[in-house]
Amino acid sequence: MHPVLRLLLRRAGMSALVLIGVSVLIFVIARVIPGDPARIALGPNATVEQVANLRDALHLDQPVWRQYGHFIADLARGDLGVSLYTNRPVTTDIAQFLPATLELVFAAAILMIGLGLPLGILSARYRGGIIDNSIRVVALLGVSAPSFVWAVILMLLFAFFLPIFPIAGRLSTDFLIEPVTGFLLVDTLLAGNPAAFGNAVSHIALPAFALALSGIGQAARLTRANMVETYDRPYIEMARSYGFPERRIAGRFAFRPSLIPSLTILGLDFAAMLGNAFLVEAIFAWPGLSRYGVAVILRKDLNAIIGTVLIISATFLIANLIVDLLIAWLNPRIRHGRGTGG
Amino acid sequence: MTPDVTDGAVTGMAGTGDRNGARETGKSIDTLAIRDLRLRFRGYTETTTVLHGISMRVAPEQRVALVGESGSGKTVIARAILGLLQLLPGAIVNGDIDFEGQDLTGLTTRAWRRLRGVRMSMIFQDPTSSLNPVFTIGEQFHEVHRRADPAIRRSVSGDRAAAILEEVSITEPDRVLESYPFQLSGGMNQRVMIAMAMANEPALLIADEPGTALDVTVQDQTLRLMRRLVDSHRTSVLFISHNLGVVREFADRVYVIYQGRIVEEGPSAAIFRDPRHAYTQALMAAAPRITGGGIPDVSEDEPAFLAPREVHPPEPTPTGDG
Ligand SMILES: Nc1ncnc2c1ncn2[C@@H]1O[C@H](COP(=O)(O)OP(=O)(O)OP(=O)(O)O)[C@@H](O)[C@H]1O
Ligand SMILES: [Mg+2]
Repeated sequence: MHPVLRLLLRRAGMSALVLIGVSVLIFVIARVIPGDPARIALGPNATVEQVANLRDALHLDQPVWRQYGHFIADLARGDLGVSLYTNRPVTTDIAQFLPATLELVFAAAILMIGLGLPLGILSARYRGGIIDNSIRVVALLGVSAPSFVWAVILMLLFAFFLPIFPIAGRLSTDFLIEPVTGFLLVDTLLAGNPAAFGNAVSHIALPAFALALSGIGQAARLTRANMVETYDRPYIEMARSYGFPERRIAGRFAFRPSLIPSLTILGLDFAAMLGNAFLVEAIFAWPGLSRYGVAVILRKDLNAIIGTVLIISATFLIANLIVDLLIAWLNPRIRHGRGTGG
Repeated sequence: MTPDVTDGAVTGMAGTGDRNGARETGKSIDTLAIRDLRLRFRGYTETTTVLHGISMRVAPEQRVALVGESGSGKTVIARAILGLLQLLPGAIVNGDIDFEGQDLTGLTTRAWRRLRGVRMSMIFQDPTSSLNPVFTIGEQFHEVHRRADPAIRRSVSGDRAAAILEEVSITEPDRVLESYPFQLSGGMNQRVMIAMAMANEPALLIADEPGTALDVTVQDQTLRLMRRLVDSHRTSVLFISHNLGVVREFADRVYVIYQGRIVEEGPSAAIFRDPRHAYTQALMAAAPRITGGGIPDVSEDEPAFLAPREVHPPEPTPTGDG
């Protein structure tokens, strides 16, 4: 079997196991925390009978393992139950809120790769010089504060004191965009509405940058460190002896071998963004899954909690899987089934 | 097989010309002529002098060996010819380096760089670590071909690479071109590196102790292949070696270097028959190890080693292949 295919199958199997584990865990935890979901949902004025009826409908009086059985049976039909908070199917809620979160995380990942790697390359190429030192200071700043701190700082600086960017939300209410993908940056373009696209970009800029900053710093530092090591290798001397311009040596011959060891960590950074996005979303009132998640936890909305956690876990696992495949694709030693397997 | 690309952007002078022309004129322009090359390295407190005025010539199609013990300055000479040493901030280089009649020291960094990989190229000691691990051999050949012909198509480059790989007796060039260096043996990588260095038909090939990282039989085999290749492409060679046996077999002319000075030079037959300088005699007297290929250990620094240079008269017949 092709080594990459084997890797894919193994990782997919692992991911399925992890998802089952997570679902059991969150199922049990959500049920042992104090508070009666039915009572919270129906409010203090509901009668005891109404509460009992709802508890019955939710199978809450059955043993936990039987409740889990119901849950799995529903899940197999693609049904995550109804949210007591929104009174809609949990899947509908997730379909509405997940794209906003993914859009934010993808934008941040693009910034991390698009800025972090080139900064690292520049830094390594001019190592010891003023460009290198400036980049290293900026990168260190980036990794030295968590993203929610950057979110507050950026918001204060560029939305409040210097109102260049909007302070909150995804899109001004002036625009009405038909959701197609749920990604506003894509949907505004599909709608052929450049003004709305510009508006969406200005809304996502600060939260995405806040979310990406530590990743940018991390990517730049890693790339620089690996490239500085690579620069001492004989094949760089050989590239020089072949008269390749320094630019090309930096961007290709020294960068490519240095990228592979950074990839695993960049992949983890990307996955961490999914978690950090929660706080950034809260600060910028970004209508993503985090706001939904916090609201349903406060209401002990069992179905919604489990659905949200499962979807986020699945996204995390898929992201990791994609990163692993990318690494396998970029690293000839894995692609050809030699050396260190992933 | 004539190459469709013989020339980079900046070469000023004619190349090696045709073989008979080079032989008859005899006085044709040297491929390489170094005069009074001096090198110092600036340290924190003092500068150390590494080369004390090196002069040497490599005629067209000639194979010249540079022999000396470790630290005597062989590699720095090679790096100075390529213009790599001059890029180091701590290196102070003086003297003339004429390449195909053109004074390199007068060139801009950029013009000198453009000669590298096109008119002059270098083979390194350890083949496997000198090839980039994340590009296939084919991709690396393509990059090298593009040095001479930036617009060359991948398929054309592949064909040319396969042809030159066959010249170093690689029987399945297409498989090798698709491989990464870690998938090939050291001896195979060595052949690849030789072929790559010759890919753009350089006028000068510098080989810095090629293959000393490999075992002796493989080393011997690849040296034969290199010999054949430079013969058929009429390439001049500056061959740096530790191994006197190999030098004797391979080189037309020998320079012996000791502590940054050339102590003896001449046709290799003459030098091996009649070593005149005390250091050369010591080298020859110390029995060379048959296996290691290392230079015999001449540990004593005798005052006689610092005696002036011995120059053997030029050989009666023009240089040629053996
Ligand atoms: N970048 C540098 N900075 C300072 N000194 C250097 C540098 N490069 C070389 N040297 C010194 O120059 C001298 C000659 O070095 P070189 O590498 O040319 O020796 P070599 O004859 O090639 O030896 P070997 O046979 O071991 O390869 C050595 O003493 C070395 O320490
Ligand atoms: Mg050396």
